[in-house]
Amino acid sequence: MREFEGSALKINNLLYLFQQLLNILQIGSIYAMIALGYTMVYGVLLLINFAHGDLFMIGAFITFLSATYLNFGFIPSLILSMTATALLGVTIERTAYKPLRNAPKVSVIITALGVGVFLENLTLAISPYPKHVPQLIENTIYNIKGLTLSLVQIIIITFSVVLMIGLDFLVRKTKLGMAIRAISWDMQAVPLMGIPLNKIISITFAIGAGLGGAAGVFYAAAYPVIDPYMGIMVGWKAFIAAVVGGIGNIRGAMLGGYALGAIEVAVMVFLPTTYRDLISFLLLFILLIFRPYGIFGKPRNVKI
Amino acid sequence: MKKYILFLIILTLIITGCSKTKEDVIKIGVIAELTGDVPAFGASCKNSVLMAAKEINDTGGLEVSGKKYKIQLFIEDNAARPEQSASVAQKLITQDNVVAILGPNASGGAIPASEIAESSKIPFITPISTNPKTTIDPRSGLPKKFAFRVCYLDPFQGQVLATFALNNLKAKRAAVLFDVTSEVLKGQAEYFKKSFEAQGGTIAAFETYSTGDRDFSTQFTKIKNAAPDIIFLPSYYGEVPLQIQQAKRLGITVPFLGSDAWGSHDLLKLCGPDCEGYYFCSHYASDSTAPLTVDFVNKYKKMYGVVPDDVAALTYDGFQILINAVKKSGKINPQAIRDAISNTKDYKGITGNITYTKDSGDPIKGAVIIQIKNGDFKWFSDEATSRGSAP
Repeated sequence: MREFEGSALKINNLLYLFQQLLNILQIGSIYAMIALGYTMVYGVLLLINFAHGDLFMIGAFITFLSATYLNFGFIPSLILSMTATALLGVTIERTAYKPLRNAPKVSVIITALGVGVFLENLTLAISPYPKHVPQLIENTIYNIKGLTLSLVQIIIITFSVVLMIGLDFLVRKTKLGMAIRAISWDMQAVPLMGIPLNKIISITFAIGAGLGGAAGVFYAAAYPVIDPYMGIMVGWKAFIAAVVGGIGNIRGAMLGGYALGAIEVAVMVFLPTTYRDLISFLLLFILLIFRPYGIFGKPRNVKI
Repeated sequence: MKKYILFLIILTLIITGCSKTKEDVIKIGVIAELTGDVPAFGASCKNSVLMAAKEINDTGGLEVSGKKYKIQLFIEDNAARPEQSASVAQKLITQDNVVAILGPNASGGAIPASEIAESSKIPFITPISTNPKTTIDPRSGLPKKFAFRVCYLDPFQGQVLATFALNNLKAKRAAVLFDVTSEVLKGQAEYFKKSFEAQGGTIAAFETYSTGDRDFSTQFTKIKNAAPDIIFLPSYYGEVPLQIQQAKRLGITVPFLGSDAWGSHDLLKLCGPDCEGYYFCSHYASDSTAPLTVDFVNKYKKMYGVVPDDVAALTYDGFQILINAVKKSGKINPQAIRDAISNTKDYKGITGNITYTKDSGDPIKGAVIIQIKNGDFKWFSDEATSRGSAP
């Protein structure tokens, strides 16, 4: 009898572990998707696009608008939101960053911060109240041998993984991807090879912003109360994920996103939530001491 | 030169014009959460105070010692932030020269604002700040002289809810999920825990989150593993739907219990059928048949088209207590108003009878339990009247 009780407890613990693993995959997918935007833009321009977290917020707000006023479901909202944030990303790049391409780095960083604050306050001016996003995904729950799995979780995790594999393929196996990698390697030499530099940079921004927008849709589907400031903290965390993975490296950003999700959940399992960000950031410092370029990052010479 | 003289004449006219109106008005400051985490509270507070002031001004003003005064309101937004609450309180007192301040509502902002009012000797009335610290001086541990509240206190609310969970809901094991970075919500969680354990219940899980968090799945997975009979969720109305929906997605089926932070009709809009059947502790029931309440609800509905929530009712009561105090003192002087508020005895308000005793800004009053039924707030029971001060 005692043995039986022991094994039942073990199964319970195992289930609990798997349940928390699912939580990691869900939040990690969202961090990874946003981290990709930071890493891609950094890859081509060596610019930390601080407005990226706010593009994620805009993605969520577009979902709110399309779901509330146009009665869009999940997939149409996702397509609309990704397209709109991609266009917005390109517009920001063309109007705010491009004129400063030869300006001192600090000016560009200030501009990026400014664009972020502008987007937040624009949303705030239009609608200061937190918004409730209508249900995008059926509230179906599957129970597999005691493990509770919701449709929302399945969709978020699958869509993120598919989009990320797609991106990885695009960057590694296509001509466009080769051009992106070439710019990342040497921006001065690339135009000499006949590659349209500005066009490729814009496309990179569009992809990064589109993925951020998609993360916004996932977020709105999983956590349907959104506000203009939601992008700040999530954006910072995704930025950490990108740095941990090695900023500029796409697979690094994905790994970093899931790693950060795992650290956060692990901290919350054992400690009060106030320690969560403290410990995540502390681990970041420690990691960077030993691997200053992140897990997958490589040292590169930056000409200033 | 002529131009300058003309300019000076106009300027003098403006200045004297201003100082003339200064004599005929009573300046009251209002601090509300118009933006930030709880904008519905701020909106209700603003609406309610505007309605109350309009009622007085429409009759020609308030008569104090044989002279009619109009009410002039200075409404400031504190964005539900502590530091901004302190700075707008300072602005109202030094720049606008108000004689009294109403609000902020949430304790996070009310505590610092009450400090400013206390040190400037300006009467301060908060409608719904339930944390003990709002009326207690943190340095001496004694009650503040100028800070009052219209609502009950958290220790009392915690006790009401713990008793209700044990006796009415027959819960033996309770889980609590609360915002550890919010002074008031943390207090509500702790007072509930204390009272629930003192009465023989078990706290199966005591989980935290931080303001602004949107993902609670880790905490709910832990709570589910602890197998409670009930989950106490002292969160603001904006977060409650998020939390309950996530809990349900993780397969949690036990009922939730809420505090007065649930008390906005926005909750019904946001939560829909997910909150159906749950109970929370509140300050007043909008479906009460008491004539005072019915009259207030009708007036408010006519003006704004919505049912007034707790904050609206408490703000209205706070405003009336203040007005009565001005009338009684016969002077427009902060010290005299403060003394008159402190002498308020058995004021019949929408949120119950309010009496202050000499040594405290905390009223003696009761609470109500509200149930969410058919998508509306329904009165369920009245809970014992209490002094409400920290035990």
